[in-house]
Amino acid sequence: MTVKTKPKTETRLMTGAEIVITALREQGVEVMFGYPGGSVLPIYDALFAADDIRHVLVRHEQGAGHAAEGYARSTGKCGVALVTSGPGATNMVTPITDALMDSIPMVVITGQVPSHLIGTDAFQEADITGITRSCAKHNYLVTDVDQLARVIHEAFLIATSGRPGPVVVDIPKDIQFATGTYIGKEGVHKPTYSPQIDPHPEAIEAVAELISQARRPILYTGGGVINSGPHASEALRKLQAETGIPVTSTLMGLGAFPASHPDWLGMLGMHGSFEANNAMHDCDLMICVGARFDDRVTGRIDAFSPNSKKVHIDIDPSSINKIVRVDVPVVADCAAALEALLAAVKHRKRKRPDLKPWKAEIETWRARKCFSYEPSDTVIKPQYAIERLYALTRERETFITTEVGQHQMWAAQFFHFDEPNHWMTSGGLGTMGYGLPAAVGVQCAHPDALVIDIAGEASIQMMMQELSTAVQFCLPVKVFILNNEWMGMVRQWQELLHGERYSHSYSESLPDFVKLAEALGAHGIRCDDPALLDDKITEMLEHKGPVLFDCRVEKAENCLPMIPSGSAHNEMILGKITGNEIGEAGRKLV
Amino acid sequence: MSDGSGTTAPAGPKSTYFLNHADEAVERRTLAVLVDNEPGVLARVVGLFSGRGYNIDSLTVAEVDASSHQSRITIVTQGTPHILEQIEAHLMRLVPVGEVVDITKSKRGIERELSLIKVAGSGEKRVEALRIAQIFRANVIDTTNESFIFELTGASDKISQFVDLMRPLGLVEVSRTGVLSIKRGKEKG
Repeated sequence: MTVKTKPKTETRLMTGAEIVITALREQGVEVMFGYPGGSVLPIYDALFAADDIRHVLVRHEQGAGHAAEGYARSTGKCGVALVTSGPGATNMVTPITDALMDSIPMVVITGQVPSHLIGTDAFQEADITGITRSCAKHNYLVTDVDQLARVIHEAFLIATSGRPGPVVVDIPKDIQFATGTYIGKEGVHKPTYSPQIDPHPEAIEAVAELISQARRPILYTGGGVINSGPHASEALRKLQAETGIPVTSTLMGLGAFPASHPDWLGMLGMHGSFEANNAMHDCDLMICVGARFDDRVTGRIDAFSPNSKKVHIDIDPSSINKIVRVDVPVVADCAAALEALLAAVKHRKRKRPDLKPWKAEIETWRARKCFSYEPSDTVIKPQYAIERLYALTRERETFITTEVGQHQMWAAQFFHFDEPNHWMTSGGLGTMGYGLPAAVGVQCAHPDALVIDIAGEASIQMMMQELSTAVQFCLPVKVFILNNEWMGMVRQWQELLHGERYSHSYSESLPDFVKLAEALGAHGIRCDDPALLDDKITEMLEHKGPVLFDCRVEKAENCLPMIPSGSAHNEMILGKITGNEIGEAGRKLV
Repeated sequence: MSDGSGTTAPAGPKSTYFLNHADEAVERRTLAVLVDNEPGVLARVVGLFSGRGYNIDSLTVAEVDASSHQSRITIVTQGTPHILEQIEAHLMRLVPVGEVVDITKSKRGIERELSLIKVAGSGEKRVEALRIAQIFRANVIDTTNESFIFELTGASDKISQFVDLMRPLGLVEVSRTGVLSIKRGKEKG
């Protein structure tokens, strides 16, 4: 991981603010997202002269956080956000938690009131290290300007290594003004922090042995494969090619394995495919790579894949045996583990069992065509809208971000990814409002690519002010709203669980999205006719600037298939919801 | 799966999302956690326990090596083997935590607690309190005509036993440090 070179004794005197900018530059930061304020002005002043670091001014600090996440997720680099103390910092709490849940590398620099005012309830004071202690991977309050450079380098090291995550560096204003010594990043390390990268050879041998005997194996991959970098996706593909094992993935892991591959089962879990969930339930060997047995994936735990041996490859030892007891734990970086496993599998001369009967069984599940829906020529079906969006963008390099809800699941089901880092979504925390600022971040990293935020009309209103950011910085993001006038997933659960009592889930007083787009200096498009949809999507794609697309879709459509809460993988609802799917215990779950 | 009709659910699987470890026995463990003595480190450790719903029976902390800024936190906790395994893994995930030693599991642990115990009374009770204190090898560190403060070091059970004996003899107040621990033998950790 870290290159071992002799520590450079680069020591220079500069102000705290200059130390911040110099350290960011040394860390290779090209873009950062932020919002100025009283306690962070010295850093902004230093940034004024820094032409090589692009600062994207958001409209709300939460937007800066999600933009940094989108940037990080689409590049594999560390996202950086810079905000002021108090409300600036507290507005970052949601993206920090989001990045922790989805293991996104991010460094958040917050200004703090001057040291002598800390603890006095000063103007715009908030104990942000206290507030973020449980939602950041690590955090710092810098009390000595001579430690500032080390702290920032350490923050990057911690954010980007091991299981990545957000790190907060809180810098009081007097420290930003004070003069101190700059040290370079070489040689900065944290003795108590040493993630295990390489797998234990015995564990790898044990997994290879299980593979050599398995008749019904499955690879269940997650966001860890993407976080581990392109090598991990490559190794996964090679291992799959060698063994022929069918692959499913979590929401976070989409793209690590090509969706166009015949052994791809689609996403698993609550709104995953019938074939993926049944294969999980009936497999005899489950190899979990960089995923964490989330409740949205497992369904009812005591009925989870009852007859399989389970292998769990994860860089975070606390993820192993947290939810599901596994037979072979492998603590390692996904790329290192998959490469070692590929070598161990290749080394074995013994013929592996024929997987044809297993794949034939999977084909019978696939033949159920679980994602089929009733087409319509009078109203746009949301699934159809995503299908068309996918068809019309296939030839281009396309990055998709989403908000949270039904549209997110339809995007995961109907948009297909062949490459990692092209799919950005809030999986763990489920943050409505994530998609648009994330798209802003992605577009900053990939100025020439097509970046689309697939949104719902409710989610988009949480962070829609960031369209103004896109306009200011000439970021041609496309926001594709599946507008059904409902908080669709809430409505679906109310139909399923609460006797169709739709309490406060109707999107009343919606803005005119076309006029809204125009007011913000973007282009607005509306479509409610399936016959015109292709033309309108083409219009969106051909427009050079940001677009807000109000796609009016079927209002009462449910997102299916679905594993009702409290049910097992083989108890999916495929057709219509009747209202009796969820038992007493399931009703108490989220 | 129950039909949701509201009648008594049949005896079936109880858990839904959650692991059902209720049948596992709860064990008591003493963990020594070696940390970098940096601001907020204790809050991180304590926050981990409260945030994830783990128990703390006792906790002691102090810097043990000033030159390397190392502190030692001794935590007595309870949980099923699954929970205890998670506690160790999550502690190790905290950046300033360098090492977690399960003193109980090592079977070579020594555990001690220091206590200060105030007893007030006169006549026979006062004499009896002093007599029992001698048996327990407690030191008298403060006395008035009507009270003693005893200093007693030992295993937690011993202190609890002494406190129980003092109760009818005029126990006023107890202050305990919580458990400190170290492993026997010449090796570290």
